[in-house]
Amino acid sequence: MKKAIDRIKNFRITRRVFAYPYILFLVLFVVVPLAMISVNAFIAGGKITLTNFAEFFGSATGLRVLGDSILIGLITCAICLLLGYPVAYILNKYSSSKILVLLFILPMWVNFLIRTLATKSLFLMLGLPLGLGSVLFGMVYNYLPFMILPIHTTLSGLGKEYAEAAADLGADNITVILKTILPLSLPGIISGITMVFIPTISTYAISQLLSNGTIYLFGDSINTKFANGLYGVGSVMSLIMLVLVVISNIFISKYNKGNSGRTLW
Amino acid sequence: MTNQTIIEFRNVSKTYNEKPVVKNISFSIKQGEFVTLLGPSGCGKTTTLRMLAGLETPTEGKIFINGKDYTDTPPHKRPVNTVFQRYALFPHLNVFNNVAFGLKLKKIPDGTYTDKKGRTFEKFRKYSKEEIREKVHAALKMVDLEDYEQRNVNSLSGGQMQRVAIARALVNEPKVLLLDEPLGALDLKMRKDMQIELMNMHKKVGITFVYVTHDQEEALTMSDTIVVMRDGVIQQIASPQKIYDEPANVFVADFIGESNIYSGIMLEDFKVEFCGAVLECVDKGFKKNEPIDVIIRPEDIYILPKDNPAAVLRGTVISSVFKGDHYQITAIVNGNEILIHDNVECKEGDEIGLFIKPFDLHIMQKPRIINEIITEMWDKNVVEICDGRFPCNCDFESGTPVKVSIKFGDVIIHDNESDGIIGGEVISSIYKGSYYQCIVKTDNYYNFFVDTQDEWLKGDRVGISVAPENIQVERLGE
Repeated sequence: MKKAIDRIKNFRITRRVFAYPYILFLVLFVVVPLAMISVNAFIAGGKITLTNFAEFFGSATGLRVLGDSILIGLITCAICLLLGYPVAYILNKYSSSKILVLLFILPMWVNFLIRTLATKSLFLMLGLPLGLGSVLFGMVYNYLPFMILPIHTTLSGLGKEYAEAAADLGADNITVILKTILPLSLPGIISGITMVFIPTISTYAISQLLSNGTIYLFGDSINTKFANGLYGVGSVMSLIMLVLVVISNIFISKYNKGNSGRTLW
Repeated sequence: MTNQTIIEFRNVSKTYNEKPVVKNISFSIKQGEFVTLLGPSGCGKTTTLRMLAGLETPTEGKIFINGKDYTDTPPHKRPVNTVFQRYALFPHLNVFNNVAFGLKLKKIPDGTYTDKKGRTFEKFRKYSKEEIREKVHAALKMVDLEDYEQRNVNSLSGGQMQRVAIARALVNEPKVLLLDEPLGALDLKMRKDMQIELMNMHKKVGITFVYVTHDQEEALTMSDTIVVMRDGVIQQIASPQKIYDEPANVFVADFIGESNIYSGIMLEDFKVEFCGAVLECVDKGFKKNEPIDVIIRPEDIYILPKDNPAAVLRGTVISSVFKGDHYQITAIVNGNEILIHDNVECKEGDEIGLFIKPFDLHIMQKPRIINEIITEMWDKNVVEICDGRFPCNCDFESGTPVKVSIKFGDVIIHDNESDGIIGGEVISSIYKGSYYQCIVKTDNYYNFFVDTQDEWLKGDRVGISVAPENIQVERLGE
């Protein structure tokens, strides 16, 4: 008792104190759910088994959903990269780029469900069919800023001396971009790709809404599993998601070795 | 070295956002020369080099390389290569690929071929892998880095990066090598070594080097020719010896080496008055009693016993410091400080005589003897100078075109910019024995010459004001 009173008496606001609320939050909403998922994945019918894994990896539909998701993720990434890189490059050339960057982030301030519903109405209004095309459109529309921003950050940290040195050594404008700027902005590209790829696989609303439920992605699948009370299989799928995230993080740190701290994301 | 001109600047100017950086410079460089562009920071030397590299386009004027107009040619089509200030080595490539970068892009003539219609074309090919390997190897060998081919450039020391940057430029066999303060990031010992290496390299490859530096010692050591610049204007182009022995003006004398600079009066041919004494000199052709500047290098002054009849000046020693191979002695001569380098040991308070050979008195015309500004009256008793309104004792109507004259000594500098009527930046401050002559550049690029008792730091923002009675206003001819 005395000890506790002493503690309270000696309580001082140090820097550490400010971290307590977040640590509490972290434990409650990140560590505990993760632990629950990990435990759930190995429990079926009140026993510790691997049947959940067997059930997921044994079903053709489950694996096909995963394959489809990865495919759509890759296509979305490719489109975002093709559209986003030139945008990031051009943004970087202008001094007023801050305002332009803001214009690209602005749509992100609208709730993504509202955005997606609006996209759907737009497709319906124009009489365009809902399906793979509309889903890809929705994905690119939602995640393009996540591709532009990291690339923009890397490019703006590059310094023009590399481009100048390349030009001085005989590279024309296109060669300068291909041989120096592009390889030097690789860390930005990699983090852009992971920023787009992971959310694309795991979202559920976009694909459901924009394909009228005909296209079923991994995120949707997890959602249905939990909604139907299949906590075990749902947990296994969540763990697979987690593995994908870890793999992509390893990628990022591998390519960011040279210039740590320069990437925004 | 041949006498063929390889680079020519013809009336080149460069302006950034209406701010002139290089002002109408013209000069030429001979084949095989080691030329240094020397000047304080912000003098336009790097801009000049960048225009030569093609990284900046001149606002006006033409640049010729080998007699051909290269003014608007992009950098990748110019026969020059640059060693950048912070090397700019590509961090994603290893040493070998950095050096090979230019070679891999190069197209070399490969005979000719004739098409069906009988027209002949020149054929081009790229270097083969083997040729590239050989050339990179030779270039790295030249800079003593032959074992570093596979190294990551981020793992190299500053000096090694420097060498890679030089190899990367030289491997392309440019006609001119441009070096933008390449030794700026190295420590003193390394700098000295690299200076000698660069000179040897220049001799070995025999191409033209254009070198930019703010370090006067580096420039004097390495160059065949020095181009001294200040404020976007070339002050002098000459060999190091000539720049040192015969500086073209007070700025060059002050910037290069140590010097005593005094205001004096040319009484008549071969006779100059300064520091309260009349001395014989070798200059003539000035107007009678023309105000001039006198420059004397400290090592050109000899100390004699005070009653030696050969002494031309007499003074009192106020400090004497041993500098290894000479004494640095400061003496007061008729109220003016004089700096002497000699082997004679003196004590504080000693009375000494000084001898200077007439030949060693460098006499030069003053760039300006009074500040003159053509402007208009703002109102009665107020004249507009450099966008500021100065009260004056003159009742011309508003808008009258006038010429305003202000003596150097009548301009007052304020520490606090807002205490003056207009603001400006100190761009030069030269000690003249008993006072400082500063140049304050106003925001619309007029240079005010100011004589002041205080030392003002270059680059400081200061305020300027003038007492109304010291502003002389003259009506300009209608």
